[in-house]
Amino acid sequence: MLTLSHYIVLGAVLFCISVAGLFINRKNVIVLLMAIELMLLAVNMNFVAFSRFLGDVSGQVFVFFILTVAAAESAIGLAILVLLFRNRSTINVAEIDSMKG
Amino acid sequence: MPSMNDILILAPEFYLVAAACLLLLLDAFMKPEQRGLLHWLSIAVLAVAIYMVVGAAPPVAVSAFHGMFVRDGVATILKVFALLTTILVFVYSRPYLRDRKLFIGEFYTLMIFAVIGVMLLVSAGSLVTVYLGLELLSLSSYALVALNRDAPLPSEAAMKYFVLGALASGMLLYGMSMVYGASGMGGQATLDLSRLSAVMGYTQAPTLLLFGLVFMVVGISFKLGVAPFHMWIPDVYQGAPTPITTFIASASKLAAFGMAYRLLAGGMAEVAHQWQLMLAVLAVLSLAIGNLVAIVQTNLKRMLAYSTISHMGYLLLGLSAANPEGYSAAMFYAISYALMSTASFGVILALSRAGFECEEIDDLRGLNQRSPWLALLMMLVMVSLAGVPPMFGFFAKLLVLQAAIHAGMMWLAIVGAVFAIIGLYYYLRVVKVMYFDKSVEGSELRMQADGSLRVVLSINALGLLVVGLYWGPLIAWCREALAG
Repeated sequence: MLTLSHYIVLGAVLFCISVAGLFINRKNVIVLLMAIELMLLAVNMNFVAFSRFLGDVSGQVFVFFILTVAAAESAIGLAILVLLFRNRSTINVAEIDSMKG
Repeated sequence: MPSMNDILILAPEFYLVAAACLLLLLDAFMKPEQRGLLHWLSIAVLAVAIYMVVGAAPPVAVSAFHGMFVRDGVATILKVFALLTTILVFVYSRPYLRDRKLFIGEFYTLMIFAVIGVMLLVSAGSLVTVYLGLELLSLSSYALVALNRDAPLPSEAAMKYFVLGALASGMLLYGMSMVYGASGMGGQATLDLSRLSAVMGYTQAPTLLLFGLVFMVVGISFKLGVAPFHMWIPDVYQGAPTPITTFIASASKLAAFGMAYRLLAGGMAEVAHQWQLMLAVLAVLSLAIGNLVAIVQTNLKRMLAYSTISHMGYLLLGLSAANPEGYSAAMFYAISYALMSTASFGVILALSRAGFECEEIDDLRGLNQRSPWLALLMMLVMVSLAGVPPMFGFFAKLLVLQAAIHAGMMWLAIVGAVFAIIGLYYYLRVVKVMYFDKSVEGSELRMQADGSLRVVLSINALGLLVVGLYWGPLIAWCREALAG
């Protein structure tokens, strides 16, 4: 029998994977975008689980909003990525460091 | 079904959405040389929005769409100043955008959408509205930072801003989901901020609540740009086109204050004793990092970025008092900072020309000999940022320090005062460079010939002195908004 805590742990694991993906990854900006998407999905998992187990539908409505905003967010992220590649001919995270101080 | 009353409460926002769409349409049918009209129309649209926000302000707080949207005194004040600073950004940026072939319709439309995001955020009555307003503001800002498509620096800044901004939104949302869950343990689960604080008192899962609270504070700190979550601020300030930097340093900061106020003072009032200390620690860190790192900067925009970090520390000083006096002091501080930063970046915009950014502090050498009036304005802004009496910035600092002392945090006020003195050094260095250093041979440092920029920038900078002398009405307005 799956309980609420199973879902919350799953959400936490997904969230940790995505944060690790953001901080450990030094190679590719596209992986950063994927990690961001995963983070939002972890949040969605939490909201749906709470909503289902606490008998309140508003959490699931919030998930719809998060999904639509996530789509817009990745569209903008990819657009910026295209610009970055056109201007610098690289999407290597370690090479995006022209500003320091 | 939304009633007519709901729509009337949101009238300024609906009006701005319609106006932004019309401006975009108009731009599509406009010849490039007619863009001047678009500029003035955008300013007129925002001016009318200010009138709608103030003119039809309800005498008591009202809410629409089942409490999702709140229109109260705090929202009115923050909206007025967000719209006002955006008008200032429009006026200051026209010559800059013209010189760089960025004088395009997208700039105006995206800016107006970002302002709509600010207005939603400061009026949020529910976690959903907080998130939607925040994302509308952030997504428009990411696109604006990358507005100059052919330069490598802006696209790099946009990427950093996007990744860290999305991370912050994710943290905030994760915190929201925890708080939502905690509200359902022992009461009816809710996303509504006003009901949230009532449910918090008897939640069965205090650990879950605290967990969520920490994540929400992290998200808010990212958006405010408070140390240790400040990494994006210097790069974005330096890399973004200066008009966008001005917007991020002014209207966005008002929005971030509004978000912190709605979430912490609105939804989390029951656990104020928990977040008070978190904010105090963040405040000390940003005062230290902001003021100390600003000293070694040679790039003016980067120096102002670190100065932002320290100013956000002062703002947190007021918020961490967690009482109406502290909130009104923090709001006064946010307003003063927004007006000071528009003026400081306005001077940079007034000195930039095609092919010359006027970004380095050394670029200002000998400004007094070439343009004494602009040097005087810049000096007024710098001493106001440093907090020298009788400028606006001084009274803002005084009020937050006072609020911290009254809340029993004397140590915090002492740290604030010490770092204000350290901060004086790098602001006065700019004044020294302008007045006592010889200008470089062949330098053509001069003010842009744009008439509206000259007049409005002068009013903005002199206004810092005037409000410093007559600050009573503004703080009375802030206090009244928070007392109701």
